[in-house]
Amino acid sequence: MSRFNPKGGKKEVPAITTASLPDIMFMLLFFFMVSTTLRENTINVSQSLPFATEITKLEKKSLVSYIYVGSPRKEYQSMFGTETRIQLDDKFATVSDLRGYIAGEWEKRAEEDRPKMTVSLKADEKTKMGIINEIKTELRKAEALKINYSAKKKVVNTKY
Amino acid sequence: MARKKRTFPEVPSASLADIAFLLIIFFIVSTTMDVDSGIYRVLPQWVENVEAPKINKRNTFVVLINKNNDLAINGEFAQVSDIKDRLKEFILNPTDNQNLSEKEEENIEGLGLIKRSKGIVSLQNDRGTDYGAYIEVQNELVKGFNELRDEFAMDHFGRKFDKLKEDEQEMVKKAVPTAISEAEPAEIK
Repeated sequence: MSRFNPKGGKKEVPAITTASLPDIMFMLLFFFMVSTTLRENTINVSQSLPFATEITKLEKKSLVSYIYVGSPRKEYQSMFGTETRIQLDDKFATVSDLRGYIAGEWEKRAEEDRPKMTVSLKADEKTKMGIINEIKTELRKAEALKINYSAKKKVVNTKY
Repeated sequence: MARKKRTFPEVPSASLADIAFLLIIFFIVSTTMDVDSGIYRVLPQWVENVEAPKINKRNTFVVLINKNNDLAINGEFAQVSDIKDRLKEFILNPTDNQNLSEKEEENIEGLGLIKRSKGIVSLQNDRGTDYGAYIEVQNELVKGFNELRDEFAMDHFGRKFDKLKEDEQEMVKKAVPTAISEAEPAEIK
């Protein structure tokens, strides 16, 4: 019954047009470019950050220096053991390296930005306070007083 | 002689999707979604061999966490959920209780004479305390102070603290300072 088909042959299903596929891809691309930030450095210590409710966001990434604290990841445990370690930039470090690191970070910033420099302390929640206190003392000695105890947002259910 | 009109072939756009797709993959791999956030605190300046300032006992609110992550407020066992309300009661001291913090009159520009609490929170911990427990307590303390600021802002400006203008926020910060002192840890048994 191909009365309306002049050729009277086989009916072909038209191919789905792919002309808009690049546009869709670009939309996705822009979404990812806007909503994400570049990874700073790979973290070699295992981290499960503590939870908190009274948290503030770190606004300017360029003003933030990171200190990672936790036990080394599985692949590093053969070399560094399972004791809690400090990681600065990409390397494992000790408390005594901190002051040099802070001084270096201080030098990197423009002069007008230096007073606003913040140290983000990303420590695993199982870390003992001994090492945290040593870090805090070193930071105070290095005059890096603005500190951010990195924590994840705790979802509080208030409707009971 | 009729010249054949030259037509330019169209640039093939079939691979454009693949190029964009590659870029997406690159961005997914090399970026992170998470926004850094945390509890913001300012550490005190380092001073060599300083004598501890003498503070009246009634003006201190001692929160102590031992190595088993047990909590004590002014020497008595307590729960984390108690901290906030105990702190607010301590700072506000509505009944002028002799055991809670004293108030002093303070002249703050733009607000006039304000009764400000002299109370100081002393947060003490052991070397073996878990960082998670410490942050939990720190969080409750900051929450208490934030609520006090909100209440103060409500009383004086009719708005919550984060809805205030910057100079008004400064006034409220002066009237309700976050007085959390973090002593170096003693060996607490």
